[in-house]
Amino acid sequence: MTIERLVDHLATHWNYLAVIVLMMSGLYIAISRGNLVKKIMGMNVFQASVILMYVSMGKIHGGTAPILVEGVPDVVYTNPVPHVLMLTAIVVGVASTALGLALVVRTKEAYGTVEEDEIVALDRADDEREMATERAERRAAGAGA
Amino acid sequence: MSHLYEHLPALQVLVPLMAAPLCFLLRKEALVGAFTVAVSFVCLGISASLLGQVLDGHVIVYEFGGWPRPFGIEYRIDLLNAFVLLTVSALAAVVFVAGPGQARRAIPPGREYLFYSAALLCLTGLLGVTITGDVFNVFVFMEISSLSSYILISLGRERRALMAAYSYLIMGTIGATFLLIGIGLMYQMTGTLNMVDMAERLQHVNHTRTVLVALAFVVVGISTKLAVFPLHQWLPNAYSFAPPIVSAFLASTATKVAYYLLIRFCLGLFGLVFVFETVGIDTLLMPLSVLAMFVGSIAAIYQTDFKRLLAYSSIAQIGYMTLGLSLATEAGVAAGIVHLFNHALMKGALFLVAACVTWRVGGTKIGAMKGLGQRMPWTMAALVASGLAIIGVPGTVGFVSKWALVSAALEKDALGLAFLIMASSVLAVVYVWRLVEVAYFATPEGEIEKKDAPLRLLIPTWILAGASIWFGLFSSFPMRVSELAAAQIFRVGL
Repeated sequence: MTIERLVDHLATHWNYLAVIVLMMSGLYIAISRGNLVKKIMGMNVFQASVILMYVSMGKIHGGTAPILVEGVPDVVYTNPVPHVLMLTAIVVGVASTALGLALVVRTKEAYGTVEEDEIVALDRADDEREMATERAERRAAGAGA
Repeated sequence: MSHLYEHLPALQVLVPLMAAPLCFLLRKEALVGAFTVAVSFVCLGISASLLGQVLDGHVIVYEFGGWPRPFGIEYRIDLLNAFVLLTVSALAAVVFVAGPGQARRAIPPGREYLFYSAALLCLTGLLGVTITGDVFNVFVFMEISSLSSYILISLGRERRALMAAYSYLIMGTIGATFLLIGIGLMYQMTGTLNMVDMAERLQHVNHTRTVLVALAFVVVGISTKLAVFPLHQWLPNAYSFAPPIVSAFLASTATKVAYYLLIRFCLGLFGLVFVFETVGIDTLLMPLSVLAMFVGSIAAIYQTDFKRLLAYSSIAQIGYMTLGLSLATEAGVAAGIVHLFNHALMKGALFLVAACVTWRVGGTKIGAMKGLGQRMPWTMAALVASGLAIIGVPGTVGFVSKWALVSAALEKDALGLAFLIMASSVLAVVYVWRLVEVAYFATPEGEIEKKDAPLRLLIPTWILAGASIWFGLFSSFPMRVSELAAAQIFRVGL
């Protein structure tokens, strides 16, 4: 594909370019950030890109709203189905965001932080403390015997 | 009455869906518990009846509002999803008898009804994913089941359960969104959401790059939910920090439904020729399945926590299922389907044993299980029975599925593969033996007091452990149904 064709392609399909940029940046944020709230925001951007993808695929050049008007025969309609599907997807997205944020609130209460690396460090400290008490118990049992 | 009979497919999903908010009205724990169990048994009855109707090979098509495809949404029940429906609702019914168990500690007193409500919604989602014949419906129901399973997992005793639920939420949402992208691309190429219609139209456009990309998104999305190695990262934490009852329910249903979806999309929608011959997905899926079998089993050997061990063992067992699919033969898929059923029984039983152990010793550290063989003999007997099934000892369900899988591999002249399946079973011997050794041959400190788990926990445990022996000895029912289901999807399609 020549550069010209690529530029041409991007100029006519810029909506898909936007979808790809949003999708990848959202996915990257959700994976790379250590802050639990930012991860959820990344997830939201990722989901928003899918909404854009569906909505733009339903749109037809020169298409109008799918309302039947008497006496106007040859009208090109935009496909409403993907738009309707996205209403459901938005609801699902809101629900998962709300649940995710609720979990973050509970995590903050339990750990006192929303940074993933600090939480991992706290968990590791817990593990080490547990192993130390176990070892001490075993030693005490050995000494008792 | 005959009117009701016609609407069984809709009722399969509607009954638990309507029951979930009703839990809020009943409130009283004993009442809600009994109600949930009753509802799950109604679901079991419905799916048994549906399976009975499709056993002769015909397909039930239920059109919502009388709108025929491709305009309306339809539920479509063939042997494959009728069998999965039966597995899911049977496991739900048995596990719900045990009640919230340890989850109770995380629930404020008087709020137990919320647990039951989430459990019923999870069941609704799983049944919906399985029964529907509409691809967008699959996504919506999958999210219903996932969202409620995140809630259930977060109820674990330790604070780590919160993080386990959170990472599952991120992974699960990304997986589901991948599936949504794949469905969008498929819709773009076919202009329909109905599975039958879509499968037909995909045949004409499957040389395009869009369909190829759609397949990639769909397979990765479903594999995240199924915890195919290396997309399994969420699973060990989710299963080991969730309340044991929840792990028992999810381990035996959620991944099974994801496996069903993978079969449905790969063989039903995209078609065997496109997925396995044109794209050659088996060159990726087969090594990953074998890796899962070994990595999962080896990781299980080194765990110090009983539930975590079971979680890693699940990853290995999922490997057996996907291996069956990656063989791309009727016998291989039949082996995968029968293992879906068998693994649900044995892993359900083992996680319920974990629930009994938690009830008795307050945790599931393997070190704390010393001498449990004497202290709670019935529970540990169930552990041995279902442990033998995980290994695949003759006379248990594990043997039935491994026999089917090995013969499917040999049918394809894959001697090496058959050998690898046997070798990974040896690893299962090691981790099951570790549990048995601690339970029966290690002497506990202090006095040995014999006190078994309450019957409410013990009866479901033994139903599943017993079933994993029963269907090992009399394997004709699950084996025949799986073979017929595989034959149907191979010969008739979808």
